[in-house]
Amino acid sequence: MNAVKETKSSKYSTKYPILGPILGLVLVVLLFSKTRGFLTPNNITIILTQTVIVTIASLGMTKIIVSGGIDLSVGAVVAFTSVLGAHAVSANLPMALVIIIALIGGGLFGLINGTIIAGFKMNPFIVTLGIMGVARGASKWLGKNQTVNYDPELSINFLMNNPSQIGGYEIPLWIPPIGVVVALLMAVVISTVMNKTVFGRHIYAIGSNEATARLCGIRTEFTKLKVYIFAGLLYGLAGVMQLSRLQQGDPTVAIGLELDVIAAVVIGGASLSGGTGSIFGAVIGALIMATLRNGSDQVGWPNYAQEIIIGLVIVLAVGLDRLRQRQIN
Amino acid sequence: MENSARLQMRGVCKHFGATQALNNVNIEIKQGEVHALIGENGAGKSTLMKILSGAYSPDKGDIILEGKPFAPGNPLRARKSGIAMIYQELNLTPHLSAEENILLGEEPSRYGWIDSTRRHQLAQEAIDNLNYSHLPLEKPVHLLSLAEQQVIEIARASIGSAQLIIMDEPTSSLTNVDVANLFSIIKKLRNQGTSIIYISHFLEECQEIADRYTVLRDGVTVGNGSMSDVSFSELIHLMVGREINEIFPETPHTIGERVMEVNNLAGSRKPSCVNFSLHKGEIFGVAGLVGAGRTETVRACFGLDDVAEGRILIYGSDKTHSIPQKRLDDGVGFLSENRKEEGLMLNLNVAENLTTTNYCRFTRWGLIDIAKQHASAKQMIDRLDIKIHGLSQSVNELSGGNQQKISLGRLLHHNAEIYILDEPTRGIDIASKSEIYKIMGELAIEGKAVVFISSYLPELLGVCDTIGVMCRGVMQESRPKAEWTEDEILSVAIGQQADE
Repeated sequence: MNAVKETKSSKYSTKYPILGPILGLVLVVLLFSKTRGFLTPNNITIILTQTVIVTIASLGMTKIIVSGGIDLSVGAVVAFTSVLGAHAVSANLPMALVIIIALIGGGLFGLINGTIIAGFKMNPFIVTLGIMGVARGASKWLGKNQTVNYDPELSINFLMNNPSQIGGYEIPLWIPPIGVVVALLMAVVISTVMNKTVFGRHIYAIGSNEATARLCGIRTEFTKLKVYIFAGLLYGLAGVMQLSRLQQGDPTVAIGLELDVIAAVVIGGASLSGGTGSIFGAVIGALIMATLRNGSDQVGWPNYAQEIIIGLVIVLAVGLDRLRQRQIN
Repeated sequence: MENSARLQMRGVCKHFGATQALNNVNIEIKQGEVHALIGENGAGKSTLMKILSGAYSPDKGDIILEGKPFAPGNPLRARKSGIAMIYQELNLTPHLSAEENILLGEEPSRYGWIDSTRRHQLAQEAIDNLNYSHLPLEKPVHLLSLAEQQVIEIARASIGSAQLIIMDEPTSSLTNVDVANLFSIIKKLRNQGTSIIYISHFLEECQEIADRYTVLRDGVTVGNGSMSDVSFSELIHLMVGREINEIFPETPHTIGERVMEVNNLAGSRKPSCVNFSLHKGEIFGVAGLVGAGRTETVRACFGLDDVAEGRILIYGSDKTHSIPQKRLDDGVGFLSENRKEEGLMLNLNVAENLTTTNYCRFTRWGLIDIAKQHASAKQMIDRLDIKIHGLSQSVNELSGGNQQKISLGRLLHHNAEIYILDEPTRGIDIASKSEIYKIMGELAIEGKAVVFISSYLPELLGVCDTIGVMCRGVMQESRPKAEWTEDEILSVAIGQQADE
């Protein structure tokens, strides 16, 4: 017996929920395709580079949102870790150590978020709203209320900016910097973790129905703690990218980043009530927003128009998701 | 084989605050038996089972599992010790596939990586064992039927090689066909040596499926023995502590003029064609399998779902396309089948829940007069004999039966003329059921009209004047009660081309 008659389209969208976001991206690209200088290798590399920070942070956010939580502290934690990283760079530490220190800084905030949310069973929205303030304040404190500068020729800068030449060879502008490769690689790794590991599937189970997950012997609180720590580590990595891009540690950077990251995850098909969402969806979501911004710039639309358009796209994405859900039920 | 007790619970006590929920409860479950645990709501069944499954720890008493003392401590330990609990509200993760749900928490893995081939194999074995091989394992479970979802829960229990499965009201939302399937699964598990504790308000079912029984009343064991040695009325007597002479109270009422008429009603999905008319002083029963479109029909009648075709006439005027608020103004009241999610505002208090549709009675200048509101609510509490601590108590602290009376009380307080009741007796104890039948009868005496949806045929035959049977979105037939038998209703409900 099959009580639910499925239409063909709903069947596709349930089986391949990422189709919607991909279609959205294609539409956005088509929208600007006639614009001069938009569909050029150089510009595409620029878009990809602009996406890196949001993408890496959204990998962590996807985990959190799928588990049924939310994290508003992303932007502040990214700022904190970039200032932390800048200090490490100024102290002439090797790059690997700089990255590890930034990761630990991010992981620490993940640990704090996770401990309060899972341990004391407090609402993640409020907890991370509070920790957002704490992290922002901590980064200003750490930077003594100003930017932390260092020698701009250091190797950390190459993560997000290719040098103009290496050993006399000129590097073409269309070659993406290492950061883009790192972001894509991380997306593949995290996506595999989400789909193929017990940890990943338990995140979905908790977001889908936490009581059931607990009943099935899943250590829900511990899993949630791990989710926030994991996300914190990714924010640390995003912080390194932020540092590399700005070439200085700025405690006031990435204000409002949390909204971009959450929007990317939601445009990518995640539901804020948990249980659904995908890593690649989030990556596409981040790309859609970056492409829209870049395209609007190229066309010459003013900044306020971009903001309105991106805002509407977010609402539209959620609206489409709602429509899909209605088809399923 | 006197020593073949799988589980013994002796002298178990548990209190919550001043309430003694369990007082010296004894129960013994043998290997390979179906044991019915019977009792009214609030008798302590759930508390006892929560102790057994590790959610609560007892104040006093011994639990002996397979001859060894057993203190579950937490649900995981209980599960590892071979005790699985299937709750009334199914516990599944709706977004995950059937396969993932069956092995949730016990995924076959190596270094944290899931072995999906092995997982599929284990899940398939589990459903094969339950004779449900055709169940689509890859589908997200929210796309499966309620009965299929239950099979998944049972499959999950059997994966953990559960020796003792506790089923809490497993049939409360199943239709007769699904119940028959469930019973054959239960028998199969029993014959394989699994013990089953079967909790149900449906005593007929307990008699059919159980080998032995234990009755709890007010936290005390009041009887146990072999099911074949006890009669239906003895069980009721043990349960209620008094005779319920008539579960279906005699309420002579006369049927008056027509108040509501539904012509060729079709919704966007279901139903496809429904005709019936409702009269003053009439209780109109709607029978049918789950998925026949009964709920969709009445939701459309109340303006909750869209009407694609057909007409709804109330007092002769066309009210086909309307919204719930207008319906309430027209004197139509609706009681949802989904008490906890839709029927009540669980966090709000008794008085607010009772009066929410009719605040205007005690509002002045837009402000609510709490004293008047409470007085008004108090009248309803007294009239329906609802057991509460106070009007400011939140309704989620009440038992199922009392919650349902509050939902019904809201319609009465609204002074509705037409009562649409969707599964009003689901999951509540027999005494509360009887009281709800009585209220329905009284409404009919007062000249109100009642639409009564139920999956439990004896109660439809017990209280209705007219019964309509739905099958696959169509109201097949409606006749006066006297012209129906249980078998006839069932065969119409299943339809000619039944494929189950």
